[in-house]
Amino acid sequence: MLHTFVAYVEDRPGVLTRVASLFRRLNININSLTVGRSERPGLSRLTLVCEASGEAGHRIRASLFKLENVVDVDDIAQAPSVTRELALIKVAASPRKRAQIFDLVEVFRARIVDLTSESLMIEMTGVESKIEGLIEVLREDDGQVLEICRSGKMTMRRGHHVSSVVKAMGVVDGEAAEPEVEPAADSVAGEAG
Amino acid sequence: MGHKENAKTQANASEGNATEGGNATEGGNATEGGNATEGGNATQSGNATAATTNAADSQAHLTTPTRLTGSEILWATLVGEGVTEVFGYPGGAILPAYDALRKFPIHHVLVRHEQGAAHMADGYARASGKVGVAVATSGPGATNLVTGIATAMLDSIPIVCITGNVSSKVLGTDAFQEVDITGITLPVTKHNFLVSKAEDLARVLREAFQIARSGRPGPVLVDITKDAQQATAEFDFEAAKPRAYRPHPMLHVDDSGLAQAAELIRNSKRPVILAGHGVMESGAMEQIRTLAERAQIPVGLTLLGLGGFPASHPLSLGMMGMHGEAWVNEAIQEADLLIACGMRFDDRVTGTLATYATKAKKIHIEVDPSEINKNVKVDVALVGDLREVLEQLLPRIGSRNNGGRDGSAWLKTIEASKGAVAVRDINNLPDSGHLYAAHVMHDLWRITGGNAVVVTDVGQHQMWEAQYFHHDKPRTLITSGGLGTMGFALPAAIGAKFACPEKEVWVVAGDGGFQMTAAELATIVQEKIKINIAIINNGYLGMVRQWQEFFYERNYESTPLVSPDFVKLADAHGIPGRAVRKRSEVDSAVNAARSATGAFLLNFMVEKEDSVYPMIPAGSGLHEMIRRPDHDPLEETADDK
Ligand SMILES: Cc1ncc(C[n+]2csc(CCOP(=O)(O)OP(=O)(O)O)c2C)c(N)n1
Ligand SMILES: [Mg+2]
Repeated sequence: MLHTFVAYVEDRPGVLTRVASLFRRLNININSLTVGRSERPGLSRLTLVCEASGEAGHRIRASLFKLENVVDVDDIAQAPSVTRELALIKVAASPRKRAQIFDLVEVFRARIVDLTSESLMIEMTGVESKIEGLIEVLREDDGQVLEICRSGKMTMRRGHHVSSVVKAMGVVDGEAAEPEVEPAADSVAGEAG
Repeated sequence: MGHKENAKTQANASEGNATEGGNATEGGNATEGGNATEGGNATQSGNATAATTNAADSQAHLTTPTRLTGSEILWATLVGEGVTEVFGYPGGAILPAYDALRKFPIHHVLVRHEQGAAHMADGYARASGKVGVAVATSGPGATNLVTGIATAMLDSIPIVCITGNVSSKVLGTDAFQEVDITGITLPVTKHNFLVSKAEDLARVLREAFQIARSGRPGPVLVDITKDAQQATAEFDFEAAKPRAYRPHPMLHVDDSGLAQAAELIRNSKRPVILAGHGVMESGAMEQIRTLAERAQIPVGLTLLGLGGFPASHPLSLGMMGMHGEAWVNEAIQEADLLIACGMRFDDRVTGTLATYATKAKKIHIEVDPSEINKNVKVDVALVGDLREVLEQLLPRIGSRNNGGRDGSAWLKTIEASKGAVAVRDINNLPDSGHLYAAHVMHDLWRITGGNAVVVTDVGQHQMWEAQYFHHDKPRTLITSGGLGTMGFALPAAIGAKFACPEKEVWVVAGDGGFQMTAAELATIVQEKIKINIAIINNGYLGMVRQWQEFFYERNYESTPLVSPDFVKLADAHGIPGRAVRKRSEVDSAVNAARSATGAFLLNFMVEKEDSVYPMIPAGSGLHEMIRRPDHDPLEETADDK
């Protein structure tokens, strides 16, 4: 099954190697890995998706915790969460063909972020299946897709969620926690939004 | 795990810490150690550095912040951490550190190969429970450490390895003797650091010591660039104190888990305690014993657990697993409850998992959460320090006369399954004129009264030691279990001797493994230490030969071994020795070694094609063992000749 881990790690050289090396050692393939600054100075937040047996989740989380530079690990498992991916797609498009692509972009609620005489660039945010849907449609026209760049998945739990690290850092509950939000229509984890 | 304190969001350098307190005191005393004074204080007055201005108090820099070079900070921090001996080998990239060494009360043991340095630090740690320290230069010096580091990693031994590296300005340029040792050792260290600034050194080193000894211990490597050794920085030992150790956040033992465990124990008919290395690491010998006695539960031990529960105790079953006695493994297979204490269900212990203890519920008490359900699925996991967990569990366990279980029927069953095997005392076997390793081990145990620290290498002799030398006390068997590193014994014994100079230390090594690190004989001589060396010389890479005999149709490919005359080899080093060919010679030989003032080597010329029984073939179930041949093999092989 697919496992999704969200981890806070120290923002310093070599930390990503340690995380990656752990998965290599466990002989588990990383499907997707995104890293960036978090709300805490000095800490990066990463979302890691991998394929492993159902029971492996506990051990992977415990092993991630064992890395000295890892400050917190959350195993998202089936918890209500939002997952998004960003894609940049460059497609060949002569002025004649543009209108057709504009329509597609509209339907998929994507955006055009660059336009030249021969090509245009589409930016799309969404769940994996939606991005793949757009790519598939674009590919129906041979040779149209020139480049694809995908960010990998980013995941965040829904609603009131104070992670243990936030607690450990001594942030008072009210300060850190957002007020509980009404679950949006697309509240099922990993579903379209 | 130190990582929780790395979230630099809370300034709490002043936070009190129980673990730290203990070590600080230890450090204070340790630095007064005898060997410390030799070069140290004498040369201090001549030195202009701030560290040594107060010659009367070599500890002054620990209390007063001073400006020092990185090299001085290195040693000063080690002194502060209680280090009195380091094992190392110099070279260009670590030379600034060596240059500063004489100003500090630390004794440096010059090894003959850096692998030896890591094993010595390891042996020192295993014998004392303190952190062992190895030092090496960059490049080949650093890579030579790797086997020793991996050995410590697989057995959870706290060592700190210091390596020099090229200047930070040329890092990553393939400069002379540059190697990415933090990259190389990443999967075989608990953690490692690259330090390129003198001002980071004290903090990183102190953190390294904390990481090495906290939680599940392990090796930590600190790679220090040459310019960081040469630069100066403010040294403030107190301010460099790491944040208090905070346990792994997944460690928790809740009341319901304890209640469940107590309930399982109370209701069990056929329980077995499986005691591992964690007993020693957490210092839970008393607690294990109390649990066993109070609830009348027999105790099986892993190889690294030997000594954690007295072999002479009536409830001791001895070693379990691949070369464990039949009754231990049978008891495990028949058990209705296993209480695993500080052990990790290694494949050498379980055999094939499909048939392992299928009738038993399992309680796992373990400090590393990633070990839970890794190999064997357990019913109750109590994740925490073994001693602390047992302290919490024990009040819930009634004694036999007090609401507890009556274990007598189960103990009788086990006793019966020992049958003839247990009654047979190897000591009573006829002396056929030949020499068997088992006899040597038994005699060594008898003559030393079991009071020696035995450091073994890897192979058949290691298993015979585990079977026939009965360990009653913790830290009296030092052996490479997880990695099974040949060449471990001699250097690890040197480390153990430095940790416990007052103890009788024996090396038990095979003719193969001894040759892997035999160069350390010269280290023994240079350091003038007394170690007794027993080579179990069977002319083969015996354990591999045994596998060839059992599983490869006696195709003895590349296992017959030509060796030098070990007695002459010792003699060339100025170490006396003698060869032993008959059982009748064992006593006098062992006594000669024991009474010699210096090191002594005994070359036991044992039966060549003897095998270790019983044996569970790799990948088989615990009940599928190859038993001793009907005739006792010790007699049988004797007739062959
Ligand atoms: C460094 C290393 N290389 C290879 C092995 C594989 N191995 C395990 S036991 C053994 C034979 C050991 O022979 P010897 O030291 O003579 O001991 P014996 O088994 O004969 O008692 C070998 C080669 C190992 N454990 N370590
Ligand atoms: Mg041999």
